Amino acid sequence: MALKASRLKVGDTHKERVVENLSRTQIVQYAGVSGDYNPLHTDEVYTTKVAGYPTVFAHGMLTMGLTGKMLTNYVGDGRLTKFGVRFTNQVWPGDTLDSIATVAALRQEAGQQLVDLTVSTVNQDGREVMNGTATARLDP
Amino acid sequence: MAKITFPVEGTHIMMFARAVGDTNPVYHDGEAAKKTEAGGVIAPPTFPQAVAQFDPEYHLRPKPGQQWFGSAKEPSGVEGKAQSSGGLHAEQHYEYHRHLRPGDVLTAETKPGKSWEKQSQRAGKLVFRERITEYRDQKGELVITARGVGVTTERPVDQKK
Repeated sequence: MALKASRLKVGDTHKERVVENLSRTQIVQYAGVSGDYNPLHTDEVYTTKVAGYPTVFAHGMLTMGLTGKMLTNYVGDGRLTKFGVRFTNQVWPGDTLDSIATVAALRQEAGQQLVDLTVSTVNQDGREVMNGTATARLDP
Repeated sequence: MAKITFPVEGTHIMMFARAVGDTNPVYHDGEAAKKTEAGGVIAPPTFPQAVAQFDPEYHLRPKPGQQWFGSAKEPSGVEGKAQSSGGLHAEQHYEYHRHLRPGDVLTAETKPGKSWEKQSQRAGKLVFRERITEYRDQKGELVITARGVGVTTERPVDQKK
């Protein structure tokens, strides 16, 4: 269901738990489907012994994809016109992520109702791993 | 940079949605998707990232007959100083003119954008590089514009700071 502009106000939020106890296997799934086989994401030996990280970590784009699920659940299928993010901290196996969208503005552009959202994804320690903005088409 | 042909396929969309834990039928069930506003299967918003599958030279995919820098018998398949993985992903931005559907045949063209540097307490000197990719469909229409920013760090990101 698409969102209606008449039912939204600035400051409204939508929050979802987008992954719980992220598994290494889900990171492997993402590597396989996206085609990004960077060993930093799936190869514990390389990542700890060569790259110098404590363990493998998720693709930033997996976090963006998980967050996108929260957004499309909120605004409806095919409604996004913009989605942009910055990755601020790494996401590790075992992490649980919550994503939240907050209505920043409601506006019209060329007769189309739009909503601007701020987007934030935090881990189980309350640390932000990604933040950004999105814009979606609304029903009147 | 060469143009990449990116055929959008239903099975690939289904697998992509699975990888991000998205069970929305609009990504895998054609019959259910017909009844939605989308009118059929569409791709999730970050699906354009899978264009890497269609880049014959993509540096983060092992290729037959070539050394791979990940581990095998040794922690790295490349002798001496480890080859850089190409850095980390700092930012990603998409602008959607329409959403992708199975059967679309995209042409992706990537151009370098701005480049800048920053000093970081957690990882030393950071070098940021922007890349802009335009995805056009079989009719030549611009469907998605993507702007990615990669960062190369001087040292691994310190987890204690």
